[in-house]
Amino acid sequence: MNMNATLILQSIAMMVFVWFCMKFIWPPLLKAMDERRAKIADGLAASDRAEKALADANQEVEEQIKAARDKAGEIVEQANQRHGQILEQAKDDAVSERQRQVAAGEAEITQSANQAREELRATVANLAVLGARQILEREVDEEAHRELLDKLIAEI
Amino acid sequence: MASGSEAPTSGEYIQHHLQNLTFGQHPDGSWGIAHGAQEAAAMGFWAFHVDTLMWSLVLGVFFYFMFRNTAKKANSGVPTRFQAFIETIIEFVDTSVKDSFHGTSRLIAPLALTLFVWIFFMNLMDLIPVDWLPEVAKATGVSYQKVVPTTDVNATMGMAITVFVLILVYSIRFKGVKGFLGELVFNPLNPQQLGMPKVVWPFVMAFNLILETVSLLAKPVSLGLRLFGNMYAGELIFILIALVFTAGSGVVGAGLSSIFGEHIPWWFWAVSVLAVFATLWLNLKGRLDNKKTLWFVFAELLLVGGLAFLGGQLMHFGWAVFHILVITLQAFIFMMLTIVYLSMASEHH
Repeated sequence: MNMNATLILQSIAMMVFVWFCMKFIWPPLLKAMDERRAKIADGLAASDRAEKALADANQEVEEQIKAARDKAGEIVEQANQRHGQILEQAKDDAVSERQRQVAAGEAEITQSANQAREELRATVANLAVLGARQILEREVDEEAHRELLDKLIAEI
Repeated sequence: MASGSEAPTSGEYIQHHLQNLTFGQHPDGSWGIAHGAQEAAAMGFWAFHVDTLMWSLVLGVFFYFMFRNTAKKANSGVPTRFQAFIETIIEFVDTSVKDSFHGTSRLIAPLALTLFVWIFFMNLMDLIPVDWLPEVAKATGVSYQKVVPTTDVNATMGMAITVFVLILVYSIRFKGVKGFLGELVFNPLNPQQLGMPKVVWPFVMAFNLILETVSLLAKPVSLGLRLFGNMYAGELIFILIALVFTAGSGVVGAGLSSIFGEHIPWWFWAVSVLAVFATLWLNLKGRLDNKKTLWFVFAELLLVGGLAFLGGQLMHFGWAVFHILVITLQAFIFMMLTIVYLSMASEHH
C-alpha cells in the first residue's frame, strides 16, 4: 500500500469524467426521460378523456335508440289506427254500396213490375175491347166507349 | 498460473499479483518502469501506477461512450432495450439522489452516476480470472499488471479526496466560511447553549474542533479505504484460490496436468478450456441436457487437474458469485455515501 501521485491523476480523471457526465450524458437522457414521462402522462389523460367520451357517446346512442324505438312505436300505433280507420271506412262504403245496389234493384223491380202491369193493363183493355166487340157483334164506337173502357181498365 | 520458465513460489506469486506497474524516477535520476516492489517504493511519492491509471481511464471512457451513445440517440419515443437499461440506471441514481439530497445542485446527480457506474466497472475487472490479463501483459513484455483499479489505494483515495474537496466546497457554499467554521467549533458541545462561563469557552471550542476535524477527515478516509479494503480483500481471495488449486494440482495431482510436472505447456490449458467451452456450447445448442452438461464439466475439470483443481474451480465460482454482490454493493455504498456527505455539507444542523 504505497501512496503516490497516481492519487492526483485519478482525482483529475474523476473530475473530467464527472464533467463529461454533467455535460453530455445527464441532461439529454434526463430530458428524454422527462419528455417521455410527460408524453405518457398526456397519453394516459387522453385515454381517460377518450374513455369518458366513449361513455358519453354510448349514453347518447342509448338515448337515440330509445327515442327511435319510441318513435317507431308511435308510428306503428298510428298505422294501426289508420288501418282501423281504413277498415272501418271500407266497411261503411261496402254497406252503403250494398244498400245503394239493393235500392237500385228494388227500384228496377218496381219499375219492371209497373211496366208489366201497364202492359198487362193495355193487353187486358185490348182483350176487353176485343171481348166486348165479339160480345156485341158489332162495331163499337171506340170513341163513344172510350171513357167506359178506360174506366174498366182502371178497375182492373 | 504463472507458467513461466521458473515456477514462482507462493509468496512470489501473490506479491507479483499485488504489484502495480509503476512509472517514476529511479533514485539514480532516470525515469522508467520499476522492476519489483523495492524499486517502486524507492521512487517515493512522485511515481504513477500505469496499470491503475490505464484501466480506470479505459473503463471511464467505456462508461462515457456507453452512456453518451444512448444519450445522443435518446428520445421520448419508445426506447430500445439498451436505452431502457441505461434509463433504469439513471432513474435508480436519480431516485437515490432525490431521496438523500434535498438541496439543489446540478453536479450531484451526474457525480453520483459517474461514481456508481465507473466504480462498478472498475470493480467488475475483479471477476476476470486473476491470471488472464497479467499473462497477456507478460506475453507482450510488461512484467506487472494489476487490472482492478479499485484494489489500488491510490485510485480509491484519489476519488475520496475529490469528494472531500467537494464536501468542503459545498460546506462553504451553503453555509459560508463563518458558518462552516462555527459548525466546527460549536459542535457537538455548544458552550453557549450549555450556559458555560466564558472562561472555559476556548477549551470547549478546542475540544470541539479536534472532534469535528477528526470526523470530517474520517469521511474521505472511510470512503476510500472501505472500497479499497473490500476490493483488495476480494482480489486477494481470488489470488489465493488460484494459488491453492495450481499448487494443489501438483501435490494431489490426479489429473492429466500432473504428467507434465512443473512445466505445463500452454496448449494443454487451451485444450482444457476449449473442452469446457465445447461442452457448454453443446448445452446452449440443446444437444446436451443440463444435468449431463454439469457432469461433463465436472469430469473434464477432474481429468485436467484432479480434485484440487475441481475444488479450486468450485471455490472460484462460489466466490465470484458472492463477489458480484460485493462489487455492486461497494459501488452503491461509495455513491450513496458521497451523496449523504454532500447532503450533510449543504444542510445546517
